[in-house]
Amino acid sequence: MSEKPLAPAIEGWHTMAAKPHLIGTQCAACGTYFFPKQTLYCKNPGCDSTDFNEVELSRTGQVWSYTNACYQPPEPFVAPEPFEPYTIAGVQLEKEQMVVLGQVIKGVSVDDLKVGMTMELVLDALHETEDDIKVTWKWQPLAS
Amino acid sequence: MSNEIAILGAGMHPWGKWGHNFVQYGVAAAREALTDAGVPWRDVQFVSGGATMRCGYPGYVAGATFAQALGWQGAEVNTSYAACASGSQALAAARNKILAGECEVALVVGADTTPKGFLAPAKGYRPEDPDWVRFYLGITNPTYFALYARRRMDLYGDTLDDFAAVKVKNSRVGSKNPRARYRKCFTAEDVAASAMVADPLRLMDICATSDGGAALIVSSMEYARKIGKGDAPRVSAISTVTPTFASSVVEMPDIATDSAAADGIEAHAFRSTLPLKAYEEAGIGPEDVDLAEVYDLSTALELDWIEDLRLAPRGEAAALLRNGDTALGGKIPVNVSGGLACFGEAVPAQALAQICELTWQLRGQAGDRQVEGAKVGITANQGLFGHGSSVIISR
Repeated sequence: MSEKPLAPAIEGWHTMAAKPHLIGTQCAACGTYFFPKQTLYCKNPGCDSTDFNEVELSRTGQVWSYTNACYQPPEPFVAPEPFEPYTIAGVQLEKEQMVVLGQVIKGVSVDDLKVGMTMELVLDALHETEDDIKVTWKWQPLAS
Repeated sequence: MSNEIAILGAGMHPWGKWGHNFVQYGVAAAREALTDAGVPWRDVQFVSGGATMRCGYPGYVAGATFAQALGWQGAEVNTSYAACASGSQALAAARNKILAGECEVALVVGADTTPKGFLAPAKGYRPEDPDWVRFYLGITNPTYFALYARRRMDLYGDTLDDFAAVKVKNSRVGSKNPRARYRKCFTAEDVAASAMVADPLRLMDICATSDGGAALIVSSMEYARKIGKGDAPRVSAISTVTPTFASSVVEMPDIATDSAAADGIEAHAFRSTLPLKAYEEAGIGPEDVDLAEVYDLSTALELDWIEDLRLAPRGEAAALLRNGDTALGGKIPVNVSGGLACFGEAVPAQALAQICELTWQLRGQAGDRQVEGAKVGITANQGLFGHGSSVIISR
């Protein structure tokens, strides 16, 4: 990999630490979590709060389901040449009671996954620009 | 029952991929429905159109566009947009007008012409748009269908052979439907030989986008009796309910579900809640249904729908399929039109096309595809932005 600096592909959606977290919000009144962040109105039909706290979401969870992408998606996806298929997983976060999608790190295929497996959040390159390497969150089977 | 309306006529332009103006498909479908009903165009008092978002301003005002194309005659118009449920919502608008006593007979019509390949979002850096986010991260439409399919495999033991069997079943019956776009009888080997798109779904497991048009002529029961069609199939229920927070299933184009962490909040699967209102409104249960037309955007999704409609307990749809129960001649035939597998999706026309098929089936006019003795049929579909519908037709 090149010597370019790392930069988040989407600004402010996750920490850049070695053990990264997604950054969401939590409604101060009812406790509902939001990812992506929600700061204007609570979507719980029983809550009319407009008060939210920024929170780091759990960085581990269980596989809800998984698949892969065998065909190159259209823009704004930035594809390497030649295109390489990648794996995708939805991971259920226990405390937040929500499922979050993301790519799975390179080298892990659908044959390596199973519903219910424990995964952890890591950062990995999404694509390179002239100035930096854009990183995003990806899921990785938790080393036991 | 007092809230029923009659279906006097059904019409469809065949599905295909020509790229013609959508209006001509809608007009052809409307004219066929009018002829089928034996109702002169000038007697139609309300035109309810399903909108298309892909054809510019005429598509946004589809009700007026079709009324003008058929010749202005003073009818009131309405246009409904509800993604895949647009046709059902347009039908609901017509039903409301009829039951309110403001009109006796209405035309409901939807048509579309569709672009090739992925529907890509607008460019730039737009993280506030969920559609932009998911494409940027490499998550396309087939991703979602594949996630649902894979979950069935891990939870219920469904196999690739099961998914292929859905395609084989639908293509066999769809080959007998002159309005279907794909009329070849595909084999399991054909499916297995098609390219993997999003594991476990192959190209032939996923439906295409199509051009097409569908229309219904509906009326008050009194009007139907007056013209000697008091025994016409009736719309017994229309459910267009929205989801209940919190979502338990990741829905296109979202990157996450809702959180069900708050007190008193449970996670709900939208698809399974859609038919509940329909059954309640019609005063019947799944055991009363003779056939179903469901939105098989993928082969595996047809199995989900069978369980969502409670035609099988959760996780047991594949057993019905293997038994031949969902095929023509089986206990509960599903998608005897050929389904989206044979049609491809023409969004604002698709929910109406499902009802056209049920209308012909309940009249006993479906020819080689006829479900013997069909009295009650149900439709189901789900689209973007919390839209979906389930309609029950009885005779």
